Amino acid sequence: MAKVLVVTSGKGGVGKTTTTAALGAALAQAGEKVVVVDFDVGLRNLDLVLGAERRVVFDLINVVQGIAKLPQALIRDKRLENLWLLPASQTKDKDALTEEGVGRVIAELRKTFDWVLCDSPAGIERGAMLAMRYADEAVIVTNPEVSSVRDSDRIIGMLDSKTVRAENGERVEKHILITRYDPARAARGEMLSIDDVLEILATPLLGIVPESQDVLRASNVGCPVTLSNPSSTPARAYSDAMRRLLGEQIEMLVPAEPRGLMRLLRGRRAA
Amino acid sequence: MKVSVEATRQLIRLRGRSYVAFVFSPVVPIAGWLSDLDATLAGSPGFFVGKPVVLDLSAVDLSPLAITHLIKSIEARSVRVLGLEGVEPARLSIGMPPLLSGGRQCVVQEAEPEKPALREPNSLLLDVPVRSGQSIVFPDGDVTVLGAVSSGAEIVAGGSIHVYGALRGRAMAGVNGNASARIYCQKIEAELLAIDGYYQTAEQIDATLRGKPAQAMLDGNSMKIVPLN
Repeated sequence: MAKVLVVTSGKGGVGKTTTTAALGAALAQAGEKVVVVDFDVGLRNLDLVLGAERRVVFDLINVVQGIAKLPQALIRDKRLENLWLLPASQTKDKDALTEEGVGRVIAELRKTFDWVLCDSPAGIERGAMLAMRYADEAVIVTNPEVSSVRDSDRIIGMLDSKTVRAENGERVEKHILITRYDPARAARGEMLSIDDVLEILATPLLGIVPESQDVLRASNVGCPVTLSNPSSTPARAYSDAMRRLLGEQIEMLVPAEPRGLMRLLRGRRAA
Repeated sequence: MKVSVEATRQLIRLRGRSYVAFVFSPVVPIAGWLSDLDATLAGSPGFFVGKPVVLDLSAVDLSPLAITHLIKSIEARSVRVLGLEGVEPARLSIGMPPLLSGGRQCVVQEAEPEKPALREPNSLLLDVPVRSGQSIVFPDGDVTVLGAVSSGAEIVAGGSIHVYGALRGRAMAGVNGNASARIYCQKIEAELLAIDGYYQTAEQIDATLRGKPAQAMLDGNSMKIVPLN
């Protein structure tokens, strides 16, 4: 059974696209057939993060409008043969998406893939609404900060009311993924604690991804962090999250600052 | 010229009309029957007020004095006896209701005494957290939330608001002018509390109460927030 999973957050810049790419790649590495769909029409980024920006011919809007067939728009990843991308259009805007058209595309993707990962745009407008509309599951990407947590809360409310599943009286299974977690700042009490975030959102935790240079580097070279540096802490966090999505029970590790690095940083500051 | 106006005399036209009356049929002992009547009246007080009642005396053998006494006893219970039935005319005296005959059985349309309309229980129960951006408006009564009310969420109730969790959003109770409404929560971190138009924002709420169980109520023209123990 295909699963449609929306990666959403409300707030921008929290790591939705990075997460979509990393989880998509991790699922594909685990042998699942995955398509990642960029819903950020007009501000597309997923193609860059996946390093497929130079191979985009047709996009989601073309398929929704019937200009192109779905197989024409799908881009297969060069490194993972199980990973596909349905890019967004950079020239159109989100009004070009129709509920009916998106529904048709999602239904078609369900037939071919095990996982359909929808990368939601920020905000709560049309693009974000349509990205979550047909979802079975949702990963809510949250930074441990009040603004991000409040926006996530709003998005959870919408997942519970505005999705097809909610309207049919079913549940969208929701997971919180805390990203950009900075163990040093958390230790100083400069960020919301994991417990605070979970208490406010009252939703199960899928994983904690630490703030890391590895993530930034991966985005810049157009390779999901789970592929570019599989042994890095964020890659391991994403990979654990992916296995939890597949139903495995894995112990949750709260990232801690490596002692050596701490000393190194302190040393640098002192110097 | 002589104008004479002759008053035209109209004949009084008699018309017949039949009505449905309740029939009481007393049985001996009369005292026992009267107490049964009392029990019936207690069940639906006022049911026979203004309704025609005929007394059927065929099952009893009463003297004129006893009949007078019976009628008085019934009228003392605010039931008016319109006529009598099943008794020889000789036993009747002037001042008694007239003797009726030829009554026919019919089904009395049970005019159910107006029951006060069954009112819905005036409360709304939410067993999920109220999320940021959601607005719960319930002007008819109390709102109970099993869970938290998030920052940016809003509860508007005609009655009181009960939050079994953290109240981080806005709560407005007694919006229809109900000054006795209150707000209760297990953890007060509210953005705004209002009762019947009087409000306090997060800044005005006593910082020592923050995160603790508390209730808000109106005390005259000011809102009071006190710990809930």
